[in-house]
Amino acid sequence: MDTEAAINKLTEKFSDDTVKVELQNGRRAIVTIRPTAIPAISEYLYKSEGYRFIIASALHTRRGFEIYYHFSFDADGSILSLHVILDREKPHIESLSNMFSASNWIEREMHELFGIDFLHHPNQEKLLSEGNWADDVYPYRKEFK
Amino acid sequence: MSRKTLIPIGPYHPLQEEPELFKLYCDGEIVMDIKWETGYNHRGIEKLSESKSYDQVFFLVERICGICSTSHPFAFANAVEEIVGVEITDRTKYIRSIIGELERIHSHLLWVGLAGHFLGYNTLFMWAWKYREPVLDLFEMITGNRNSYAMFKVGGVRRDIENSKIPAIRKVMAVMRKKLDLLTGAVMDDPVIHARTKGVGILTRQDILDYGAVGPTARASGVDIDVRRDDPYAAYPLVNWKVITAQAGDVFAKVEVRLLEMYESASIIEQCIDALEKMKEGDIALKINEIPQGIGTGRAEAPRGEVFHFVVSDGSNSPARHKIRAPSYTNIATFKKSCIGQTIADATISLAAVDPCYCCTERMAAAYDNSSGKKILNASELIELSMKRTSELRKSGAGHE
Repeated sequence: MDTEAAINKLTEKFSDDTVKVELQNGRRAIVTIRPTAIPAISEYLYKSEGYRFIIASALHTRRGFEIYYHFSFDADGSILSLHVILDREKPHIESLSNMFSASNWIEREMHELFGIDFLHHPNQEKLLSEGNWADDVYPYRKEFK
Repeated sequence: MSRKTLIPIGPYHPLQEEPELFKLYCDGEIVMDIKWETGYNHRGIEKLSESKSYDQVFFLVERICGICSTSHPFAFANAVEEIVGVEITDRTKYIRSIIGELERIHSHLLWVGLAGHFLGYNTLFMWAWKYREPVLDLFEMITGNRNSYAMFKVGGVRRDIENSKIPAIRKVMAVMRKKLDLLTGAVMDDPVIHARTKGVGILTRQDILDYGAVGPTARASGVDIDVRRDDPYAAYPLVNWKVITAQAGDVFAKVEVRLLEMYESASIIEQCIDALEKMKEGDIALKINEIPQGIGTGRAEAPRGEVFHFVVSDGSNSPARHKIRAPSYTNIATFKKSCIGQTIADATISLAAVDPCYCCTERMAAAYDNSSGKKILNASELIELSMKRTSELRKSGAGHE
């Protein structure tokens, strides 16, 4: 199955939650979705379609906090990134760590560096700076004028 | 309920060359639970990257790891070239793959040596590290450095591998194959290694998928993934090679995968240099003036597994966001599965089995005479001496029996 067919299948199944689809050079796709749909779509990719969770990348932009969840489909080498835009003031999203352990550390890291809350995370402690950094100060946040 | 004893490994421990604290909660000899603390060496490289130009970022990401120092520039180049939308020249592809595979050989040899050392088999340690030296000599001959080669840039490589250097590479590879036979024999037939590693630290296929583990750790558990084949880049689709897998998921399977992978690397290098010889020298870089706005994801198969770089460009000359995922990030988390229920002695080799990333490249800045305490050479004299050695290597050719 090529990347485009896989994306069409996904957007058909979750048509209410898909906001935007961007395809790049055949093997890369970014699908912007509603944040509330992340557990259902991740479960579909991981359990039904056999995608592997690579990592998630958080960004702080003028739009608020954004997360790209990168999934790899190793059979054809494509990367599908689920993109969510979170609330500017109190960023929060459902944790995926109860579905697969691969997201456990990166969610802790994003919580620590960006202050994004991961709801129902089994253990949202600091990953890198335990005891060496102030609470509620998030080093990767930016100040926009 | 029995009481648990806490046995710390780290933050500074002879087993770990880098600071990392593992807390083993033991009931007698048996590990009941494991917790870890990381972040002792957190350098904020992702944040630093946002303040550097694209050319400088290559030097920055090269310093993430001293052993697989080319895998990060490799993935970063793939990501940025995806944003620019260029196809690099064939000669560049071959040179990049040669550097990547030489690195895999030296990294796997380093690990085989360390694994022997953890098991108390120091002869293996001495052998593996001795046979790793000619590979480092090759690096010095080609790039001027034993580690941190500074070979990559957007759209190409910084130095060519001239045809005059190819016979030396070929000679080292021929000797390497003999030494690999010796090492493989010494490991695969040794009853003590069998006893210490077979059935130890088993990771099942499901564990690998759950933790998203990559590289030899995944391939030793029958998960057939390798970015070089799955998401082809550089010269890997142009040469013949195969992905090595094993099914058992124990420490022995990981040793086996790494040993056999080195033969594949040698074969890739030999095919690449054959191809290089038939090409015109010098066609090694494209001129790229600016990086447009966009998002790029780049991957490379490092010796330890998939390296992932995510770059957001806003059209300026430095990345707006640069996310890096090294393979150990997912592999180390599997300790929760591989160590629990084992004895402490087995837990140490299980910890080492995923090859958690160490750094071995510190260089001295001054040499002192032990008896008098007087300084013999200062930093600039040492650099001069090092450059002299590099030029001698280039004249005489690398590699020794």
